[in-house]
Amino acid sequence: MKIHEYQAKELFRKHNVPVPEGGVAFTSGEAQEQAEQLGGYPVVVKAQIHAGGRGKGGGVKLAQSLEETGSIANEILGMNLVTHQTGPEGRIVKKVLVEQGLNITKELYLSILPDRATAQNVIMASEAGGMDIEKVAEETPEKIIKVFIDPLLGIQGYHCREVAFGLNIPAAAMRPFLKLIGNLYNVFVKYDCSLVEINPLVLTADDQVIALDAKVDVDSNALYRHKDVLEYRDTDEEDPLEVEASNYNLNYINLGGSGNVGNMVNGAGLAMATMDLVKQAGAEPANFLDVGGGASAEMVENGFRIILSDKNVKGILINIFGGILRCDTLAQGVVQAAEKTGINVPVIVRMEGTNVEAGRKILADSGLNLISAVDLKDAAKKVAEIVK
Amino acid sequence: MSIFVDKNTKVLVQGITGKEGQFHARQCVAYGTQVVAGVTPGKGGQKMDDVPVFNSVKSAVATTGADCAMIFVPPPFAADAVMEAADGGIGMIIAITEGIPVMDMMKVKNYIKDKDCRLIGPNCPGIITPGECKIGIMPAPIHMPGGPIGVVSRSGTLTYEVVHQLTMQNIGQTTCIGIGGDPVNGTNFIDCLDAFQNDPETKGVVMVGEIGGTAEEEAADFITEKMTKPVVGFIAGLTAPPGRRMGHAGAIISGNSGTGQGKIEAMKAAGINVCENLGFLGDACAESFK
Repeated sequence: MKIHEYQAKELFRKHNVPVPEGGVAFTSGEAQEQAEQLGGYPVVVKAQIHAGGRGKGGGVKLAQSLEETGSIANEILGMNLVTHQTGPEGRIVKKVLVEQGLNITKELYLSILPDRATAQNVIMASEAGGMDIEKVAEETPEKIIKVFIDPLLGIQGYHCREVAFGLNIPAAAMRPFLKLIGNLYNVFVKYDCSLVEINPLVLTADDQVIALDAKVDVDSNALYRHKDVLEYRDTDEEDPLEVEASNYNLNYINLGGSGNVGNMVNGAGLAMATMDLVKQAGAEPANFLDVGGGASAEMVENGFRIILSDKNVKGILINIFGGILRCDTLAQGVVQAAEKTGINVPVIVRMEGTNVEAGRKILADSGLNLISAVDLKDAAKKVAEIVK
Repeated sequence: MSIFVDKNTKVLVQGITGKEGQFHARQCVAYGTQVVAGVTPGKGGQKMDDVPVFNSVKSAVATTGADCAMIFVPPPFAADAVMEAADGGIGMIIAITEGIPVMDMMKVKNYIKDKDCRLIGPNCPGIITPGECKIGIMPAPIHMPGGPIGVVSRSGTLTYEVVHQLTMQNIGQTTCIGIGGDPVNGTNFIDCLDAFQNDPETKGVVMVGEIGGTAEEEAADFITEKMTKPVVGFIAGLTAPPGRRMGHAGAIISGNSGTGQGKIEAMKAAGINVCENLGFLGDACAESFK
């Protein structure tokens, strides 16, 4: 789960990772109030959305006065911010973070994440911090330091020193820097983060080390033990149909763009392979809904309704390989959905696996106008026909 | 012959009294698997059908001689269950549980590193040696005993699809393994490929991967160096739109690897017969495993 920069900074502040003074604002008036409390200009006004690249997209600006804070906040709030991470459709900005300006002498990059290959946590750091870190990683990977930490051992002093000396931290800033690394690692572990990233981490003229930016992603599987973080969830940043699906414990992905075939599948791998199949048949997948393993007929019914509510969908492919999810349960859910909401687009059903005969019988007896496919080749052919 | 498990494997089921554990333990028994014990802390002394239930793995192993654990324990307690199995002397641990926090799995992986055990999963369908034993949640009837083909896959239902197509082509299986789709898991492609290469009954392997990570590229290197048996490959997610990215760090750690096209190129270079359309996987196998 992603959280906003201002929320990540709340976590940082609580765990003694220094961040600039500042606060969040939902209106330009509130932005001005925040600026007045900071005691001096310039202040920085930063759009709060769940995507990076905000500066380049025009969502981060300096204000030199109270009036300018108001006008910049006005300009950013409500704007449709497009960055390389939002996709071309962009994201509407609903809040801004107003912070003190700092006298920066150096910009660094720092992140911590789990490395799947080694099963170790890895600290990544670079002297080439700032907006172009991805380019640095691609063109000059040797400028990025990696320090691996055994999760059973935890962070030790020498790990922190390895990062500090690798970044050529000046002597005067050494102690606060070492403390920051240790505290940041504690945040990373305590909240089950899948990513903690500070870009840039800045050194100031008075030898402070401050997290100018903050990005924290929390492992969704671990949210059961972090109720406080769960309160940071911002459903404004999510697709409304995806939010609705998650309420029913279904995994729905809107693929955006020009898709016209809705997909109902079970299992992530089969979902991806089905999406490939639709595309290879000359159609365009609009979404897929993974009903998972333990779905009930009610969950299938809700899932079917969600797929149908996507207005771009011109046809639906149901591709289920029954394992834990039984084909008769699936068929029951499809029939229930059809009875309650009606189906106004062609539906192709391809089922195989547990209780497949019972499932096929339920669909055949329902009198619904469904197109059945005997195998995947056949399903692909029929998908191509309905979108022609 | 087979790899990792066979008709002599003695299975204990952790979480046998839960809804899923009970259902699937019964299915495994019905298939002929030797389910010798169950473990549910606090329910020691009870029975699930004819299977004795114990409070701990150690007591179950001492009484029944179980050498394999199948885990259905819910995610908050699953890491603990894996470590208990490893500590209790179990050599083969199959974790079905989906949704274990990554941080927990990192600890597990480092803990079992020096233990004499193999972990399959988590978040996987398990392992089946058709005709001998099924230790997992896969639908049994789609499998065909007697070999000669091994199957290894990162996905659950996609594995069923692949096995089904093999069976439809009248190609039997030695052992089918789902290694699970989690970022941190126990057994990887290379472990399975190596075992299949050394199994005299296995004449060829189907490897089913998906986009993300570098497991398929590493497997391709292994195949180039060590494998003499034919391999058919498939990658799910070739047409997936470049995902909602995880900030800069994800891109940095993976570089340019992890894309479907990159994986396919690596696999083709290793001599793998890569099938790009799932509908035709059975045909590709029939051609490669003639």
